[in-house]
Amino acid sequence: MPKRRRDPSMALPSEITPREIYLGRRRLLGALAGLAIGGTSLASSPVPARLTYRKNAALSTTEPPNSYEDITTYNNFYEFGTGKADPSRLSGSFRPRPWTVAITGEAEQTGTYTLEDLLKPHPLEERIYRLRCVEAWSMVIPWVGFPLGDLVKRCRPTSRAKYVAFRTVERPSEMPGQRFPVLDWPYVEGLRIDEATHPLTILAVGLYGEVLPNQNGAPLRLVVPWKYGFKSIKSIVEIRFTERQPPTSWNRSAPHEYGFYANVNPEVDHPRWSQARERRIGAGVFSARQPTLPFNGYADQVAALYRGLDLRKNY
Amino acid sequence: MLCGLPLAWLLLRLFEIGDFGLGANPIDELMDRLGEWGLRLLIATLAVTPLAVTLRKPWLMSVRRLLGLYAFTYLALHFLTWFVLDQWFDLRSIVADVVKRPYITAGFTAFALLVPLAVTSTDRWMRRLGRRWHRLHRLVYVAAILGCVHFWWQVKADWREPAIYATVLALLLGWRLRRARARSRLAKPAPASA
Repeated sequence: MPKRRRDPSMALPSEITPREIYLGRRRLLGALAGLAIGGTSLASSPVPARLTYRKNAALSTTEPPNSYEDITTYNNFYEFGTGKADPSRLSGSFRPRPWTVAITGEAEQTGTYTLEDLLKPHPLEERIYRLRCVEAWSMVIPWVGFPLGDLVKRCRPTSRAKYVAFRTVERPSEMPGQRFPVLDWPYVEGLRIDEATHPLTILAVGLYGEVLPNQNGAPLRLVVPWKYGFKSIKSIVEIRFTERQPPTSWNRSAPHEYGFYANVNPEVDHPRWSQARERRIGAGVFSARQPTLPFNGYADQVAALYRGLDLRKNY
Repeated sequence: MLCGLPLAWLLLRLFEIGDFGLGANPIDELMDRLGEWGLRLLIATLAVTPLAVTLRKPWLMSVRRLLGLYAFTYLALHFLTWFVLDQWFDLRSIVADVVKRPYITAGFTAFALLVPLAVTSTDRWMRRLGRRWHRLHRLVYVAAILGCVHFWWQVKADWREPAIYATVLALLLGWRLRRARARSRLAKPAPASA
């Protein structure tokens, strides 16, 4: 099981090793099992398709990314179960295609779009981002996606659009975690419109240059790198422009623990655990925790969004 | 012997023997599994007396001490994983966590209560303490309750597993309360009629 992180100067395994091999026997078998059980068409092929994209080095960290295995087997995606390995084990029969996304609310360009139509005008780029979970662990992930701001522009929000709300698909037959109300399904999230249009905020469709695996939020997910991971909602089926601050799932579940903003902040502890330090996944059993940075290290780019806002109250 | 199996399994995974491993976050996985088995065995220990009495199988009592010591072993390893691998002997952060984080306060207290029980589990200590041994070892009830609280307070939303442990523990403690009440009723002589 590869746990060591990669030396950034080294080639990615995906660049030198045939895909079938580095994907790993287990994943292939799992995907095949998913095919067998779901009886689905070849649309959900066991070997994900390569994407065409450019690397955005300016907006990427130079820290070594976590292994594909770590990123795809250690997930919080409660729709597939609350264990970290549940999403990779239990998402085999989820069908991310065909897919549609509804654009609704305070915008001129509303309607229901197929995933293909939604993605067509947007060139893809790779962004290597830090991801900090509210549970005090972190990873470095090479996403492939495009700025949410570009999509927002296309939708032409009205002057009343102050927030953007997102909704995850609800399919208990394919998402076993949704058969028990651990959270109030479907999962919902939201951003202020200036957060949504910030250049760091992306909609991701891929990982390590390939189509996003089910357990990571296929086929379309949000990535907001300066906020705790739960803000980055997965498997999005609706994007709604609203005048009022929309409800968000974890805030509804435990309002004193999870706020609307959920910016990474080492100064403001979660009521039950400290946020001052984090464990970098893949660093090994004998490595100490590392200090957590304000806004997950993206303060230079995003701190200005929150000028004058009391971040202790607006956690 | 069976109680050692989860530990053997964890060791295989820790040292990545064969195709086994602890996954992307080995420290948390190790800590969680050790704590989970520690709590299960602690509750199993508390189930021995009720089972022996209701099933009229007094020989069952002979496994109680061993089960208890197995539970203690898992919980000690759970504690050490936290102290060494998770916190790296960082006493300042350890003390801060014990004081500030209610779930850690509960877990730490539970473990601290179990230490004297493990120490006094030998025949010699039983003889030396006599009737006080029984009173001392009632602390295990407090430790088990705190153990369940420790688990419950740290789950984010899925309370199903801690709820199962808490229910079983409540049943076992309820059985003891009923028995204690029945005994005290028997011990007290019926009021004499004039």
